[in-house]
Amino acid sequence: MLTLEKICYDVDADRPDRARRILSDVSLDFPDGTVTVITGHNGSGKSTLVKLIMGIDKPASGRIIFNGEDVTDASVTERAQKGFTIAFQQPVRFKGITVRDLLDAACRKKCTTGEACKFLYTVGLCAKDYIDRPVDGTLSGGELKRIELATALAKGGEVFLLDEPEAGIDLWSFDELVGVFDKLRDKTVIIVSHQNKILQAADRIVVLNSAAEPVVGTRDEILPGLTDADAPYCRRRPASAE
Amino acid sequence: MEKLDLELLEKIAELHSVPEGSFNIRKNGERLAANSTDDVQIVQKTDKPGIDIIVAEGVKNKSVHIPVILTVGDFKDTVYNDFFIGKNADVTIVAGCGIHNPGGGSAEHDGIHTFHLAENSRVRYVERHYGEGVQGSKRVFDPVTKAVLDKGAVLEMDTTQLGGVTFTDRMTEAVVGDGAKLIVKEKLLTDGEEKAISRFRVDLKGAGSTCDIVSRSVARGKSHQEFYSDVIGNNECFGHVECDGIVMDGARILSTPEIDAAHPDASLVHEAAVGKIAGDQLTKLMSLGLTEKEAEDAVIKGFLN
Repeated sequence: MLTLEKICYDVDADRPDRARRILSDVSLDFPDGTVTVITGHNGSGKSTLVKLIMGIDKPASGRIIFNGEDVTDASVTERAQKGFTIAFQQPVRFKGITVRDLLDAACRKKCTTGEACKFLYTVGLCAKDYIDRPVDGTLSGGELKRIELATALAKGGEVFLLDEPEAGIDLWSFDELVGVFDKLRDKTVIIVSHQNKILQAADRIVVLNSAAEPVVGTRDEILPGLTDADAPYCRRRPASAE
Repeated sequence: MEKLDLELLEKIAELHSVPEGSFNIRKNGERLAANSTDDVQIVQKTDKPGIDIIVAEGVKNKSVHIPVILTVGDFKDTVYNDFFIGKNADVTIVAGCGIHNPGGGSAEHDGIHTFHLAENSRVRYVERHYGEGVQGSKRVFDPVTKAVLDKGAVLEMDTTQLGGVTFTDRMTEAVVGDGAKLIVKEKLLTDGEEKAISRFRVDLKGAGSTCDIVSRSVARGKSHQEFYSDVIGNNECFGHVECDGIVMDGARILSTPEIDAAHPDASLVHEAAVGKIAGDQLTKLMSLGLTEKEAEDAVIKGFLN
């Protein structure tokens, strides 16, 4: 079980004249063996929340508890070793590092070609075309996203944080992508997404709103309201509060 | 050969024993072993130290090893090697020098190389420089390479210096003829108080001539690197120079690329980027469970791969 307790986060915290609170006393539970999709309007703090869980950014206040242990101050490396795994919204480009190098780093050993291929096939890539390619600008955005997912799968773990995994991936491959989430059903999976098909695959949905408490419920409770034009979710801060 | 000789040869030329075909192994200013064939003749110079390497017209898929090792201190070895590559030949030349300086003072190797590539010939030239020895000893390389590429010739130079060289000042000059191509991939790692200077001067003289020079370097510790390139487009041509550097600790990299389009149809590009390792690269690797140090090493290893 992963628990967030009263998490606050300010952007531009080091510049008081520009500082702005985007997460305010956010408390959420992510039970084991569930897929939770976090959605919400642009700027509501979805990616920030994922980065806080991974330890890339630190909350202004609040605690992050994983299986009873307070990991709020744990480094990215420590969290990765405890079982936190992230696939970034915008995959990093390197110079000279190949797909095979990344998979080896993720597995913490030299992968056999067979093992490396398995991860690439799972995300819909023909392994022999990609295994020795550098992870740089010669790959398209969609290819980089798939490789990002493959490294997350190769690393393994208990908590998977997938930030807009569908971005750049063609619509025809969505079912394949949902198939990847199904393989992680016994883990704690947290996905940031706006896509209906991804939301359909969720057990639970969290709607973040920087103006109010997050709304949490099962897919069937939340999803119908998300497509309702009059839904209270995903609204920006009311004019009176500006 | 002694164990130390073999260790150095393995480091610079991946040789585990005497190679097949044509070769010349030089140790402490003397010829240690050599072989010459009709396809690739190796002729010792009589007027000065060095060899002529003569590749016959049309010879394909041959490799030549000409490594040099120095295992003594207070010694300067200057060697003049001239390569004559016949028309339509296609060969790989594995050069390089390993210095083990067991005492104080300076051990220096200066390879003065000229390449004459005849029409449509192709050469892949692989060179590694490596140094080791007691602390405070100097391991120095000041190589000079001059190449003339005739019509349609291709010279591909892979040069690598990954450690232990206390000082190097390298000069590479080339005149590139019609439709000829110069490709350089330089990899450089310096640490401690080491200093490395690399200079290129390329004359894109022929119509349709090209050059592609890519230098990737990492400077650690208090090391200092300087990169100078000067590409002159004297005809309808294309030239590309890229200097990519990572600076760490208290190191410094100076990059001065110069391009001179002396012809209206010359197209020349230079790119230079020097800075520390990108934070998002480290974060990505740390999110896979690597420590910050392991992540840095992985980025550098890939960068210099």
